[in-house]
Amino acid sequence: MTPRRQPQGGQAPVVQRIRIRYAKRGPLRFTSHRDFARAFERALRRASVPIAFSQGFSPHPKISYASAVPTGVASEAEYLEIGLHTAVDPAELQRALDRALPPGLDVLEAVVARSPGGLPERIEASAWRIELPGVAPDRLGEAVAAFLAAEEILVERLTKQGRRTFDTRAAVVVMSTADTTQAPSEVDGVPCAILDLVVRQVTPSVRPDDILSGLRAVADLPSGPSRATRLAQGELTAHGEIDDPLAVDRDGVPIGGH
Amino acid sequence: MSVATVWPRLEPLLPQVGKPIQYVGGELGAVLKEWDSTQVRWALMYPDAYEVGLPNQGIQILYEVLNELPDVLAERTYAVWPDLEALMRAHGVPQFTVDTHRPVAAFDLLGVSFATELGYTNLLTALDLAGIPLTAAERGAGHPVVLAGGHAAFNPEPIADFIDAAVLGDGEEAVLEITGIVRQWKAEGRPGGRDELLLRLAGTGNVYVPRFYDVEYLPDGRIQRVVPNRPGVPFRVHKRTTMDLDAWPYPRKPLVPLAETVHERYAVEIFRGCTRGCRFCQAGMITRPVRERSITTVGQMVREGLEFSGFSEVGLLSLSSADHSEIGDICSGLAQQYDGTNVSLSLPSTRVDAFNIELAEELSRNGRRTGLTFAPEGGSERIRKVINKMVSEEDLIRTVVTAYTNGWRQVKLYFMCGLPTETDEDVLQIARLAHEVIRAGRAATGSRDIRCTVSIGGFVPKPHTPFQWAPMTPPETIDRRLRLLKQAINADRSLGRAIGYRYHDGEPSLIEALLSRGDRRVGAVIRAVWAAGGRFDGWSEHFSYARWGQAAEAAGVDIGWYTTRERTQAEVLPWDHLDSGLDKDWLWQDWRAALAGYEQDDCRWTPCFDCGVCPAMDTQIQVGPTGRKLLPLTPV
Ligand code: SF4
Repeated sequence: MTPRRQPQGGQAPVVQRIRIRYAKRGPLRFTSHRDFARAFERALRRASVPIAFSQGFSPHPKISYASAVPTGVASEAEYLEIGLHTAVDPAELQRALDRALPPGLDVLEAVVARSPGGLPERIEASAWRIELPGVAPDRLGEAVAAFLAAEEILVERLTKQGRRTFDTRAAVVVMSTADTTQAPSEVDGVPCAILDLVVRQVTPSVRPDDILSGLRAVADLPSGPSRATRLAQGELTAHGEIDDPLAVDRDGVPIGGH
Repeated sequence: MSVATVWPRLEPLLPQVGKPIQYVGGELGAVLKEWDSTQVRWALMYPDAYEVGLPNQGIQILYEVLNELPDVLAERTYAVWPDLEALMRAHGVPQFTVDTHRPVAAFDLLGVSFATELGYTNLLTALDLAGIPLTAAERGAGHPVVLAGGHAAFNPEPIADFIDAAVLGDGEEAVLEITGIVRQWKAEGRPGGRDELLLRLAGTGNVYVPRFYDVEYLPDGRIQRVVPNRPGVPFRVHKRTTMDLDAWPYPRKPLVPLAETVHERYAVEIFRGCTRGCRFCQAGMITRPVRERSITTVGQMVREGLEFSGFSEVGLLSLSSADHSEIGDICSGLAQQYDGTNVSLSLPSTRVDAFNIELAEELSRNGRRTGLTFAPEGGSERIRKVINKMVSEEDLIRTVVTAYTNGWRQVKLYFMCGLPTETDEDVLQIARLAHEVIRAGRAATGSRDIRCTVSIGGFVPKPHTPFQWAPMTPPETIDRRLRLLKQAINADRSLGRAIGYRYHDGEPSLIEALLSRGDRRVGAVIRAVWAAGGRFDGWSEHFSYARWGQAAEAAGVDIGWYTTRERTQAEVLPWDHLDSGLDKDWLWQDWRAALAGYEQDDCRWTPCFDCGVCPAMDTQIQVGPTGRKLLPLTPV
């Protein structure tokens, strides 16, 4: 990388916006959002990405994030958007950025933004998968039934605004148990139940651990380790499925001069 | 036999602890190797939290130097916070490396770098969690050799019971030599067991193995003598000095963490050693002579280090960076190369002169003029002569005012309290200086929008310095002087408002003094403090003076005897058998010169003053200028 120069007297304008889907996998799911943001900025520099900067006394790179997964939860579907001062080939950008990030923070797709509106507006709900090693699938099945039968399930959590009580039941669109033969169980002979969820993004956010608290509130589910992964996020279809938020940019009708 | 990772057992604990990413590894620059493909395996430890330890230059350099050898494996381990420690104990998870989460006890060597003595209790936690016996004498053939390095290793006597050996001085060549000895000994089928290995290490003359030395005491408690108890063990152990820093351009692949750490930058040492001769400064004394890295190598390291890491900040490190013979060209060259990029350059320098401001201006081209630090260290001209910090009051005021007129709004002045021969008056002079700086600054800039912060550190007399004989000032005296100083600063309301004031309590300094000038009898105190829950003593929220006081009392150790007592010339000091190169007679003369207020010039610019280092270590000063310049980088 040779240092990138910006034109004298002010920052170069944005000529291309790129939307990126990335994953947080394995041990790197413990990366917090702040940690990821720092690593991503360094990756932009390592990969010599012509990122645009904001104006002002301390210019910031033009990066905006869609809702980030909680620290400790893995994800196959995180999204961000960057503004570039020189247009690039998105496929090449995807490869360069993925190489510049450590394995486990993986850039899966980059598409040129062709549609109006921001990514956050396209995100209504998330699909989650939670593995519960040590929990018998039948036990989880009973808890799911109890959960779905309830009108309201309040849980309490410490948020940045202090202690909050909120309803986990209302946020859940889909809740089911998955076939456990798929479970990547590390220790043979130990049961591992799997929970599949579609949860609306509400405020305060209802996170996978809140759902587990909710399940434990209505059923006798042992507490213990759990491993959650976000599988998708996007707009919710009428069938309780999640739309790919990049589909419009990938396939949609180009707008403007791009 | 391969060694299994503890990750599957550690992972379920991580959601329950603060900042789990610090235990995960995954840094850029980390090297992962197959266990079975290597012959000699090092665990390198920085005995503090990951956020402090990860950026440590010493560890990063040795990590890279060792891992470049195909048959050698080096991994890193750091102190775990009490929340994880409790869970690890409850679930039987041992101390692990962050690279591959292998148990520390499985390695051949555990090298621990001590920048400060306050990390000693964290060493005990790590050993205990690793399942390595705390006392070196209890360790067997299968346990790692526990090695101490870093500045604190110049007097490792307080931890003599817990370590197998200490390495003095620069580590690059030392670790290679030690690796060679371990490799050979293992290849021969480990003849003579642990004892033989330690004997071979001691035979190098650069590795101190405490168990091979007996300490005899006088009836009054002072040391009578320290003598080897084995044939083939040298009377004195010498430090290592890496000559020609251009031949050792590390770190080349700096570790870039995912976790937030204290420094987010690519750091390059522009020289080692310092001969300014500040008498309180242990780092300056034990790292002589000055060895510069050339401007060309510095330029190349910065370019490659930034490309590799993606860092946007560069730190040009040394004990006094403005003293590099080509620092002007280095700064302007780099500033030009990175002009218009978002790369920022920083230069730790506290020199009190206009040149320092020029450099700071060069480096703040990109617009940031945050703060400048000057370190007169002593408040009065008299005390500055005692400590050999040659700066007159006139120069100081002129320098600070120049900083204000050149656009800096905020200046930090660093002083020490508790220096040898210090009186209340010397400390009160700090207030007068600060007032004068603000008054003159307001007059020169015509603005009231200027500030200075007075920052005070407690002085701890350190081994291998001319002040090694000096009594430490009792914390009560320091605290009283600092109260007086605060009153004096605020005595003038208008000026006082523009002066910030920061200081540290005297108590941690007293324990630092106990640990840095102590002997083997202090080990019992460290162990008792650790057993009573002492952890992370360098962190004020974890440090407990009461815990140290009680442990010392129970162990029959008089803290005052070790700290506030003046030593005589004849006294055998606990570290006399450890050779930093400095001639003890020269140190004593310099101590007497300090008391008489005589200054000592720098041997880079005036003739050699025979401190002893160069002849003893067969080294010489390596300084430029080379006359070369940094060429502009090709723009994209
Ligand atoms: S021996 Fe002489 S030249 Fe070498 S560091 Fe000491 S004073 Fe300087």
